[in-house]
Amino acid sequence: MKTAFAGNDQKSDRSDCRIGLTLKQSGGLDIHLQSKVETLYGESIHACCRKVMQAFSLPHAEIVISDNGAPEYVISARLEACVKKLRKTYIEVLPDMLSQNVHATKRDRLRRSRLYLPGNTPKLALNAGLHSGDGVILDLEDSVAPERKDEARILVRNTLRAVDFYGAERMVRINRGEPGSRDLEAVIPHHVNVILLPKCEDAEQVRETDRYIQNLRKDNGIDHEVWLMPIIESAMGVMQAFEIAGAAPSVAALAVGLEDYTADIGVQRTAKGRESLFARSQVVNAAKAHHIQAIDSVFSDVSDTQALRENVRASKALGFDGMGCIHPRQIRVIHEAFAPTAGEIEKARRIVEAFREAEKRGLGVVAVGSKMIDPPVVKRAVKIMELAEGKA
Amino acid sequence: MKMVKNAAGRRVPAEINGEKVIPFKGVGKHRPEGRKHGTTLVSAADYPPDGDKRVASLKEALQKAGLSDGMTVSTHHHLRDGDLVANQVFDIAAEMGVKDLVWFPSASFPCHREIIKHLENGVVHHIEGSMNGPLGRFTSEGNMKGTAVLRSHGGRFQAVQDGEVKIDIAVLAAPTADPFGNGHGLEGPSACGGLGYALADYRYAEKVIVVTDNLIPFPCIPMQIEGNYVDHVVEMDRIGIQERIVSGTTQITKSPDRLLIAELTAKFCDAAGLVKDGFSFQMGAGGTSLAIGIYFHEMLKARNIKARFAVGGSTQYSVKMLEDGCLEYMLDAQTFDLEAVRSMRENRAKHPDISIFHCYDYHAKGNYTTMMDVMILGATEVDVNFNGNVVTHSDGYMLHGIGGWQNCLFAKCTILPVPLFRNRIPIIVDEVTTLTGPGELIDVIVTERGIAVNPRRQDLIDKVKGAGLPLKTIEELKEEAERICGKPRRPEPLDKVVAAIKWVDGTVIDVVRQVRT
Repeated sequence: MKTAFAGNDQKSDRSDCRIGLTLKQSGGLDIHLQSKVETLYGESIHACCRKVMQAFSLPHAEIVISDNGAPEYVISARLEACVKKLRKTYIEVLPDMLSQNVHATKRDRLRRSRLYLPGNTPKLALNAGLHSGDGVILDLEDSVAPERKDEARILVRNTLRAVDFYGAERMVRINRGEPGSRDLEAVIPHHVNVILLPKCEDAEQVRETDRYIQNLRKDNGIDHEVWLMPIIESAMGVMQAFEIAGAAPSVAALAVGLEDYTADIGVQRTAKGRESLFARSQVVNAAKAHHIQAIDSVFSDVSDTQALRENVRASKALGFDGMGCIHPRQIRVIHEAFAPTAGEIEKARRIVEAFREAEKRGLGVVAVGSKMIDPPVVKRAVKIMELAEGKA
Repeated sequence: MKMVKNAAGRRVPAEINGEKVIPFKGVGKHRPEGRKHGTTLVSAADYPPDGDKRVASLKEALQKAGLSDGMTVSTHHHLRDGDLVANQVFDIAAEMGVKDLVWFPSASFPCHREIIKHLENGVVHHIEGSMNGPLGRFTSEGNMKGTAVLRSHGGRFQAVQDGEVKIDIAVLAAPTADPFGNGHGLEGPSACGGLGYALADYRYAEKVIVVTDNLIPFPCIPMQIEGNYVDHVVEMDRIGIQERIVSGTTQITKSPDRLLIAELTAKFCDAAGLVKDGFSFQMGAGGTSLAIGIYFHEMLKARNIKARFAVGGSTQYSVKMLEDGCLEYMLDAQTFDLEAVRSMRENRAKHPDISIFHCYDYHAKGNYTTMMDVMILGATEVDVNFNGNVVTHSDGYMLHGIGGWQNCLFAKCTILPVPLFRNRIPIIVDEVTTLTGPGELIDVIVTERGIAVNPRRQDLIDKVKGAGLPLKTIEELKEEAERICGKPRRPEPLDKVVAAIKWVDGTVIDVVRQVRT
């Protein structure tokens, strides 16, 4: 008899469990549970297993669970993943969708910070939304080993339904190619706001993904927008940035990934980032040419907040609107550094006031003091005010 | 066993280990009667005129002290998880064929799991003190011959002083001592800082043995243990393991979730106007508490104001506040790291060691806890009536001591920064498994998902309203925990009472029952 496994049960894998499933011909369900929370949740874990097995009409099996405080949506995802390793089925066992998880987002909402969460690691997801990041990314790509992609997809799907991210924009980074299509099928019906396309090198790739998403939206009756954020991570991607940024109306932001990019051009990534200046400027320019946001790469040294702060300031100066985070503690630093300075806010406030005053009086020309203000300057001032309010 | 319902509605036995006990009557309701406990009168004529009370070994000291069946033997816990003395006492007792002792430590640590074999072989009848980790598990599963009794640090002093517990022999580790029996913890290979937990033991025990691995000629200054109370002095190679004396508890938390709780706590205190010039506070040495201390420190520095005094466990972080001039006095009953030991040694005027009598004893003419403005504590469970539990987990296992927790509840504002759940176990529950502290003394619960202020503290609610804090009701917090974790099933313990929980005045507030295994 073949046994299928899913999940993790190392000591550090809190909020997770590892399940071994062996299907049988008879004998009903034989559940062996080892859990620190057995006294409190033993019965509910058993009930959860019975529910999943019933959904697949599999009444006979041996289920061995090594649990480290996994919430029900995780246990259910792990068991479903085991079943799908043994049986081909399109049945899904879905946890209830939290009402707070069905908010739509706007194309130009604040995207200063987005926190990467490895898709197959539940312990990081539960509290991820508490740290006030503008977005959270459930990652199915680099942080998930190839042999774990299938179970991660199911877990990410359940996470999108059952975990409250407290208002953060809900993003998923999918894989490239065929696995990426499987990713989209798994997550699009569960209220994703943004799909990140890694290692993007040409516009057709974006269009193809967009078509796939639009079809899935239609099939599943989804009326909220699903935005795209292509990530430029290679020399070719950088050269194609302009085409990529304009590939589809759903592209809301263009991001750059510098770890892969620097490897691609054969240099070391440095703190100063001189080696990626061209790439970063090109991505900013391509994004702005299409009136979308430009998002900078993550900063990997989690412990060095001072270097991060300098990095964000440089990023802001180049024209980026946001940055990726790999640790919650980076979020505040990024928000602070992207926030306009007191001087910038004061200047912007005066410009916006002058603009409103001019509008009220039907004047075609805006002036602050004796200085004439061009429309793009007004627009920038409005944006600065929005950012300042976002900070508050 | 005859059970009675106490004022908190908990069913408790009328007798514990054959002695009548008083059920909890309510906060501040019980008044003690009679006189303090006194030890037998002695004469200096019976002690060596040269002041040299040394004996060759701990065994000889215990024999001379008359160790025999049924005695109560006490130890202090200043050497924490590095203590090498307590286990030896019971190994020797076993060698001597002594049975049915009561071990009365001021706290126990995982290193004391060795005592389990003496509980099994009958050398130790039961423990009155904290039961951490392995000892707690052993006790919870009903394996202890007698009933364990848990007291707060202040309650321990009260019990000794009131004669509720009569210590026959106190075996007191002293990192530095002289042959007369004066001792302190400031120097020596096992330096631990103050020895404030030992005061009750050396003052009220019938016989006192001081054990040291750093013997110096008379006089040993300061006299944290006073030799005039001491019968015998024992020199041994090692009384402690330094790296476990100064445990890893004094690292500020790195967890972003705990830091968020710390930040919310600090913001709450600020909004409530608690962080002001001349204020006083106490917090533990856990990672979240330390982070709150750092936020306080930053606020004080930025506003150029000072805290008047802090009580409690001192750490490198409180020392920094002291040396920065942001804190005027560190009153220290327990020294948590080497930096704090150094500070106490070098700065005794501003960083004195104090005893449990001073800060916590409830049967005294006042104590320090009621004077404290801000008190930061933890809990394993808090219920919707703000009752707190620190001794058992939700599965019924007793795994922690009370420490100074009950005593500290008397502060002006008691705040419990706790996560809403720990690895699927909700902290906010319908009813605490074991009542350790009544809700009327617990003012604020701060979690990463919101802050609940006790409705009894309308004054605090009014002050923090409109400050942009995530205020919620305790019921809302409980529901959120259950939405994430699921509703836990309450364990059904067996009838057997394995431990009694004493309140600060010696009354019984609750009991722990044997878990089903």
